[in-house]
Amino acid sequence: MKVLSEKLFGGKQGAIGLAILSLLLFVVFPLWLDLFRLGLIGKYVTYAFVAISLVLLWGNGGILSLGQGMFFGLGGYCMAMFLKLEASDPISTKIQTTPGIPDFMDWNQLTALPWFWEPFKSLTLTILLVLIVPTLLAFIIGFAMFKRRVGGVYFAIITQAIALILSILIVGQQGYTGGVNGITDLKTMLGWDIRTDSAKYILYFANAGLLIACMLLARYILTSKFGMLLLAMRDKEERVRFSGYDVSNFKIFIFCIAAMISAIGGAMFTLQIGFMSPSFVGIVPSIEMVIFAAVGGRMSLIGAVYGTLLVNFGKTMFSETYPELWLFLMGGLFIAVVMFFPDGLAGVYEKYATKFNLTGKLSKLMIKFNKSASVTDELVGEKP
Amino acid sequence: MSSTDFVLAIEDLTVSFDGFKAVDALNMYIDNNELRVVIGPNGAGKTTVLDLICGKTKSTSGSIKFKNKELTKLPEHEIVRAGVGRKFQTPSIYENLTVYQNLEVSYPVGRSVWGSLTFKRTPEVIEQVHKIAAEVLLTEQLQMEAALLSHGQKQWLEIGMLLMQDPELLMLDEPVAGMSAKERDQTADLLNRICKNRSVLVIEHDMEFVKKIAHKVTVLHQGKILAEGPMEKVQADEKVIEVYLGH
Ligand SMILES: Nc1ncnc2c1ncn2[C@@H]1O[C@H](COP(=O)(O)OP(=O)(O)OP(=O)(O)O)[C@@H](O)[C@H]1O
Ligand SMILES: [Mg+2]
Repeated sequence: MKVLSEKLFGGKQGAIGLAILSLLLFVVFPLWLDLFRLGLIGKYVTYAFVAISLVLLWGNGGILSLGQGMFFGLGGYCMAMFLKLEASDPISTKIQTTPGIPDFMDWNQLTALPWFWEPFKSLTLTILLVLIVPTLLAFIIGFAMFKRRVGGVYFAIITQAIALILSILIVGQQGYTGGVNGITDLKTMLGWDIRTDSAKYILYFANAGLLIACMLLARYILTSKFGMLLLAMRDKEERVRFSGYDVSNFKIFIFCIAAMISAIGGAMFTLQIGFMSPSFVGIVPSIEMVIFAAVGGRMSLIGAVYGTLLVNFGKTMFSETYPELWLFLMGGLFIAVVMFFPDGLAGVYEKYATKFNLTGKLSKLMIKFNKSASVTDELVGEKP
Repeated sequence: MSSTDFVLAIEDLTVSFDGFKAVDALNMYIDNNELRVVIGPNGAGKTTVLDLICGKTKSTSGSIKFKNKELTKLPEHEIVRAGVGRKFQTPSIYENLTVYQNLEVSYPVGRSVWGSLTFKRTPEVIEQVHKIAAEVLLTEQLQMEAALLSHGQKQWLEIGMLLMQDPELLMLDEPVAGMSAKERDQTADLLNRICKNRSVLVIEHDMEFVKKIAHKVTVLHQGKILAEGPMEKVQADEKVIEVYLGH
C-alpha cells in the first residue's frame, strides 16, 4: 500500500503538489469564479490532458510529437458524433430531405447514415471508441515509425504531416464530417441537457476528476521501471537496446498512452464546449499544446497543467484586446522558455522552492488546510 | 565445422561498406572462461567485429555462433538476452540517472513493457545492485548522479551495468581509455576476477594493460587476422611489430 501510494503520488512532495492543484480545481475555482469563467477553466483543463501526455512522451521519453492535436481531435470527434446523432432524431430533423441524419449530411445530399457513424448510436461504444480509435492510430503510426527506428526530428515532422492530412481530410469530407464548421449544435447526452448550468458544473468536475486520474496514471508509469527506462532511452537509446530491451515496444506503448490521454481531453472538450471542429486537429493546436507543456515544464506533470492554464489565461486576455499580437507573444514566450528556462515554470519553482524552503512552508500550510478542508485529506490519503 | 565447444565461433565473417571490407573473411574462436584481447592499429576493424557480434552492424556474409546459436540473424535485444553483453568505446551510461538507477535499470528482469510497469524492487534486486557496485568500486557513489562520475568511473559503471545482466560473453571496447595508472591496475584486477565464470573479449591499445589480462591475443589488421596466440609470441612476431607495435 505504501509502495502504491508512493508510485501514484510520487512521494510527499508529489502528493502536496497534487493536493494543491486539486484544491484549486475542485474548491477555489468553482467558489471564486462565475460559471462563464469556470467554463473557460474547464476548456483549458481539457488542453492540459494533452500537455501531460507530452510530459510523458516528450519530457521523459524524448519523443517529440507535433501531432498530439489529432488525438485530441479524434477523441473529440468520437464524442461529437454520438451527441450529434442524438441531436438528429427524426422529429427534430423532420424538415430535412432525409430526417434522422445529421443536418450537414442532409445539406450535402447524403440520404443515409454512413456506416462508420453507426457505432456512435451507443454511448458505451462511443466511450470505447474515444479510447480505442486514437490509440489505434497511435499504434499504427508508432509501429511504422519506431520499428524502423525513425525518431527525433523526422518523427516530429511526420506526426505533424499526419495531423495536417487528417485535418484536411476532415475539412474535405464535409458530408461525412461536417467539414470546416465541425460538428455543432450538440444538445443532450442520453437525454441529459449538457447546456444547462447544472450540467456545466457536473461536467467541469468530471473533467477535473479525469485529469487528476490521468495524472495518477502518468505518475505511476513514470515512477515504475518503465519511467526510468524512458529517461534512459532519451539519454542513450543504444545502451538500452544493448541491455536487452526492445526499445521500439516501449516507444509505441508510451505513444499510445499519450494518444489515449489526449483523446480523453478531446472528448471532455466536446462535452463542455458543445462542438468539435477541424481547427483542433491540425498543426497549430498541436504546436500550441507543445508550448503549454514547455512553459509549464516538460518534465513535470503538475507544471504542465499550470503552464496550460497560465498560457491560456494570457491568450484569452490578450487576444481580446490585441488579437494580432498574441501569436508573436506566444512565439516569443516559447523561444524564451526554451532558451532560458528549459524546465519551464516547474524548473523555476524548484529552484526557488529549495532556495527559500518553500515546500516546507507549503506543507505546513497544507496541514492547516487539512483541518478545514476534508477534500485534501481524501486526496493525500493520510491524516496529518 | 558446424557444432563446436567454443563459446563464440566466428567463421568467414565479412562486412563490406560500399565495397570497403572492414572485416574480411575473419575466423576467430573463443573458449569458455577465456579472456581474449584484440589489438591492432586504428581502423583495423576491431570495433566493427564487436558491432557484428552484438548485431549493431549486419554482416555481409559468414557466421557468428554463440554457444552454437547463430547470431547474425537475431535482433540486438535477443542477442543480449542470449547472453552477450557489450561495452561501447565511449562510456555509454545514463547521465541523468543515479549510479544506483543505472545499475537497476540494467537488471535483467522486467524487460518487456508490461514487465517494466510491474517491476518490483525486491531485496534480491537491491542486493545484486550493491554486490555489483562493490565489484566495480562504486559503492560510495551509488546515490550520485552518473554525470558527475570521473571518466574512469563511468567506464566502470558501464562494466557494472553489463555485469548486472550476468552475460556469458562480455565484450569491452577500450575499457581503460582515459584512466589513470592506478585505475588501470584496478580494472585489470576487475577483469581478472570477472573472467572466472565467463568469457571476455577486450579491445585495447595499452600493451601494459594487455599483458596483465590477456590469456590470448588476436592482432587485427585491415579486417584480417595478422597473428594470434599468447602475448609473448605475438609480441615477437615480425609482421605485428611492423604494422602495429613498431611505432
Ligand atoms: N558503418 C560504417 N560505414 C562505413 N565505414 C565504416 C563503418 N563502420 C566502420 N567503418 C570503417 O571500418 C574501418 C574499421 O573501423 P573500426 O571502428 O572497426 O576500427 P577500430 O579497429 O575499432 O579502430 P580504433 O582503434 O580507432 O577504434 C574504418 O576504416 C571505418 O572507417
Ligand atoms: Mg574502435
